[in-house]
Amino acid sequence: MNNQKGLSVKSVVAIGIGAAIYVILARFTSIPTGIPNTNIEIVYPFLALLATIYGPVVGFSVGFIGHALSDFLMYGQTWWSWVLATAILGLIIGLYGMRLDLENGVFTTKQMIGFNIVQVIANVVSWLIIAPVGDILIYSEPQNKVFLQGATATITNSISILILGTILLKAYAATKVKKGSLRKD
Amino acid sequence: MNDSKILGYQPGNSFIHALNATTKMIFLILVSIACMVTYDTRFLIAICILSLILLKIAGIKWKQVSFIVKFIIVFAIINIIAVFIFQPTYGETLYHSRTVLINAGYFTLTAQELFYLFNVSLKYICSIPLVLLFLLTTNPSQFAASLNKIGVSYKVSYAVSLALRYIPNIQESYWSISAAQQARGNELSKKASLGKRIHGTLNIVTPLIFSSLDRIDTISTAMQLRRFGSKKKRTWYVAESFSLADYLVTSLAFILVLVVILLFKVNSGRFYNPFV
Repeated sequence: MNNQKGLSVKSVVAIGIGAAIYVILARFTSIPTGIPNTNIEIVYPFLALLATIYGPVVGFSVGFIGHALSDFLMYGQTWWSWVLATAILGLIIGLYGMRLDLENGVFTTKQMIGFNIVQVIANVVSWLIIAPVGDILIYSEPQNKVFLQGATATITNSISILILGTILLKAYAATKVKKGSLRKD
Repeated sequence: MNDSKILGYQPGNSFIHALNATTKMIFLILVSIACMVTYDTRFLIAICILSLILLKIAGIKWKQVSFIVKFIIVFAIINIIAVFIFQPTYGETLYHSRTVLINAGYFTLTAQELFYLFNVSLKYICSIPLVLLFLLTTNPSQFAASLNKIGVSYKVSYAVSLALRYIPNIQESYWSISAAQQARGNELSKKASLGKRIHGTLNIVTPLIFSSLDRIDTISTAMQLRRFGSKKKRTWYVAESFSLADYLVTSLAFILVLVVILLFKVNSGRFYNPFV
């Protein structure tokens, strides 16, 4: 079906609807942990799920459009360094997702471990490198402040993807029919 | 509970509503990049005043934007305090001078630091009215058409307009699932423990995500049947041609960018330094 050049229709729709869900989740579902400015965000596990299902391009675009839109709609402005960081997170997880086969209901323990190693790496790249460096370059904020923010984001987001992301992926795989699970009587 | 608290298009018939969406978008992008790059206080103040005047012209009421303004003020204050706490001497390094105002050991407040923090807050504030203006006066379909016009591929533009179009729908399903879960005794308020709240939120989010994934299949099938994406270009029903006002506003945006470049030369750098 996907013989067209560029984005397939399905990817276009996945980006659009994905970004809309991203905005709603970012707006309504962050759970405060009790530590100031540190929330458990359900958007990142969601982004991880979408990226593994639809691949890196969709992961990147949903991260970018979703984060930019939700910032604009909630705060009236956006922090491009963090938007880019979210997009890269989607991209990296999406690249790994191409090796998974969730569509056919397969999500083994080994893949689960692989997924979590990749997501932690992706979180480190996004929040500990891209976001703080961008903050320093664009907004010229003090280094220790942005790196501390980056470190907290890395930890909370890795943990939320580790727990909630894995649950979502497993649940998604469980809704799909396994290949070859039908037998002729 | 059902207060949407999300900004959206409000029809109207002011001068700004009548401008082409592409014009507004070019203006928004260029001016916010200009504000992002420069630390020139005079330029930032000028933009602040200009954008407040534009809000007035567009006839936007305080109550339409009050929640967001309060949100931003709280956020900006927290951020500025954080910037100060982490490096109270940052202003001195930037402006190469030191004028002590309050002597308090680590937290010694200098005029330079105060000036730097003032600039940071100005930067937070000055582009916000423009964004509010754009969001409140631009129809989502025109927004997609204008994205396409400034060179973004039409598929990506269409994805953005799909997102804007579906935000209200998904918000509605979110609240109905949430109400259903609460009716079943799902505690989500601050009284519940952290573990319970995570579990409760997951109970809402999982059906929301999975039903929306089904929606992706339905919509993409419908679009495929209508041959979406089979041609390299497409036309937009809502696309409009440029009028004289559009050309004037666009050139104003370019002039502002030029001003920022000139200020770079005048200040020999990003920062306007009144101290040296």
